[in-house]
Amino acid sequence: MADSTLIGLHHEEEHRPELLHHFADVTQQRNAASLGMWVFLATEVMFFGGMFCAYLVYRTAYFGDFAAASKSIDATLGATNTGVLICSSLTVVLAVWAAQTARRALLISMLVVTMLFGLAFLGIKGKEYYDKFEEHHVPGASFSFDHVPIPGHPGEYANPRHAEIYFSLYFVMTGLHALHMIVGLGIFTWLLIMAWKGRFTPEYHTPVEIGGLYWHFVDIIWIYLFPLLYLIDRHP
Amino acid sequence: MSMEIAIPQPVERENYLNNEYGFWSWLLTTDHKRIALLYLVSITFFFFIGGFFALLIRLELLTPAGDLVQADTYNKLFTMHGMVMVFFFLIPSIPATLGNFLVPMMIGAKDLAFPRINLLSWYLYIIGGALMLHCMLTGGVDTGWTFYTPFSTNFTNTKIVEAGIAIFIAGFSSILTGLNFVVTIHRMRAPGMTWSRLPLFIWAHYATSIIQLLGTPVIAITIVLVAAERALHLGIFDPKLGGDPLLFQHLFWFYSHPAVYIMILPSMGVVTEIIACFSRKRIFGYHFVAFSSIAIAVFGFLVWAHHMFVAGISVYSALVFSFLSYAVALPSAIKVFNWTATLYKGSIHYDAPMLYAFGFLGLFTIGGLTGLFLAALGIDVHVTDTYFVVAHFHYIMVGGAVMGYLGGMHFWWPKISGKLYPEGWAKLAALIVFIGFNLTFFPQFLLGYMGMPRRYYDYSHMPEFQVLHVLSTAGSTVLGVGYLLPMVYFLWSMRYGRPASDNPWNAAGLEWKTSSPPPTFNFDKEPVVTWEAYNYDELDAPVHPQEVPVGR
Repeated sequence: MADSTLIGLHHEEEHRPELLHHFADVTQQRNAASLGMWVFLATEVMFFGGMFCAYLVYRTAYFGDFAAASKSIDATLGATNTGVLICSSLTVVLAVWAAQTARRALLISMLVVTMLFGLAFLGIKGKEYYDKFEEHHVPGASFSFDHVPIPGHPGEYANPRHAEIYFSLYFVMTGLHALHMIVGLGIFTWLLIMAWKGRFTPEYHTPVEIGGLYWHFVDIIWIYLFPLLYLIDRHP
Repeated sequence: MSMEIAIPQPVERENYLNNEYGFWSWLLTTDHKRIALLYLVSITFFFFIGGFFALLIRLELLTPAGDLVQADTYNKLFTMHGMVMVFFFLIPSIPATLGNFLVPMMIGAKDLAFPRINLLSWYLYIIGGALMLHCMLTGGVDTGWTFYTPFSTNFTNTKIVEAGIAIFIAGFSSILTGLNFVVTIHRMRAPGMTWSRLPLFIWAHYATSIIQLLGTPVIAITIVLVAAERALHLGIFDPKLGGDPLLFQHLFWFYSHPAVYIMILPSMGVVTEIIACFSRKRIFGYHFVAFSSIAIAVFGFLVWAHHMFVAGISVYSALVFSFLSYAVALPSAIKVFNWTATLYKGSIHYDAPMLYAFGFLGLFTIGGLTGLFLAALGIDVHVTDTYFVVAHFHYIMVGGAVMGYLGGMHFWWPKISGKLYPEGWAKLAALIVFIGFNLTFFPQFLLGYMGMPRRYYDYSHMPEFQVLHVLSTAGSTVLGVGYLLPMVYFLWSMRYGRPASDNPWNAAGLEWKTSSPPPTFNFDKEPVVTWEAYNYDELDAPVHPQEVPVGR
């Protein structure tokens, strides 16, 4: 009947404080947590996917207006932010490595540096939003985008209505991305506290790993947002 | 407390219901079984609210003139009926109650992979539900549950944003349930519980979870865009500003069509379990039934634009979506044929759960076949936005999904509560529901085919439709009685019902191998699975003659 060796296998794991009661062993717990984050990221792809779809529809329909609107955004700020996020992904990888190899000081410093990069990103983003506000490019009653030429089409001007759609998508997409960055900062604050208390060991560092997965994902979204929103038909 | 003497049980053993008492032991529980009961109470509450709106709608249509409510009120009635029933009853119905209770037990796990996230999902549901209630009590929404733009964004004065936020939050509760199921089914199966030994209920929930995970985020972002558009006049869906209302419909139906499969797939899973048990047979074509669930989930994502045939999409894309819609019929038909083949030469028992399963079979088949009428471009143009559509989707969502839900509630009630419900009353209720349902919705097929448009509160220019409307309204009251009955005798049985044995149906499946009600961690020791699913031939074979029940 019952295969007793199979039962025994799952109970010989010694008890660890971090092992939750309903998991058979630490491996199962780690695999579940990691799969959970991957599945969650799949839902995030669909969440942003709806907006990318709307973006593609209108970019195709109103290409010239989108190009003109895109050109009004400071691409240097966007490019700097891209660099900041790529660096932060590196520090996240180093943090995970530090957790795996029991380097607590390195782990803590890498978490702090990652969060500083995150804050820098949000600061630069804030500057960008401020500029748009000054230029009356925020959709709403005071929106204005008159007599802006369409790049590559001398004498033609962008339709302010269509440019407003661009800016709507720009604010919703980058805004939700920024919201994800803020959530990421929250997660990393928690990781930092746990790391400070010395909770992570080479055997147990799943939170660092899946927190890192989340951070990388938010970076990747930006890697798509940057060219799509900032670099439409831009020429030197 | 005195105990009935039907089955001698010395002391009530510790189980998930009696191991802790008190308010907080429920509100702070992470036990999937208790969370399932929290969900059960909440969705029942919303079911009766939605049902109340439905009865008011039917009462208004009793006479051709618009005499009970005004046009605006009527618009709000069918809108709130739809929103409550879809987002706060049907979507969570089976997954969040029976699924929550059974998924870990069926695969031999102690709990779902993320018990705290499971509790969070219930709280999100409650927050969303409370907002929806507040929205209803302070004016409601009148756009229809579909939120079509630009009416919803530019014209109506009703509480679009609040309803949108409520649905957005409830959507995340649904996503978290799906996430928990996928991870649990992948990672938490007991030793020996291979993929092809999983009960088909699990396969159905796996497919459902995929839709919840990949579909729900899209409607979430669509609602965000609608709310932003309404607040800031962005123009994304406003044709006056260069936007495209069709984009809204595409995004909306990208979720809301697959959402139908979120409602019906779990029901199919329930019915599969019931049919196998009460035919005393292994399910015919296990792998076909399993993969048809996945196929429905996948095809379900490719057919959404059949809701938009007359909305102004290109004829060629309508053609493609029409063909693809037919494709969904294949896995659905595979299921129906396999259930029928399972019944063939089975030793069929007509217990109450089986009556609901039979009801499901017939009503789902009618609903599915009329779905094919609607997938055909020519017929769809004729019956779009008529009662034919209303009747069709009620046959699927009420005749199918709710029948399956009630069947499942009866089948697993002894396991959930540890008590037996009164079988006679249960059979009577099944009959009343079946008759009431058909009386309510079959006349609507005829009405729709003759041209009665949906969402009209006044049909005084076509008084000849009154007979069928009266039949439908009469049916809805019968149906209401049929729905109240089970609630009454389930509650009654919790106190006065005879104690249930561990396996009152002599059913296969791990959930029947533990006590009724189950202990907090489901099994006294971790189960090891050495048998195939639905091994009814082994269960019924008299291996140990002394254990054969001598009748119950």
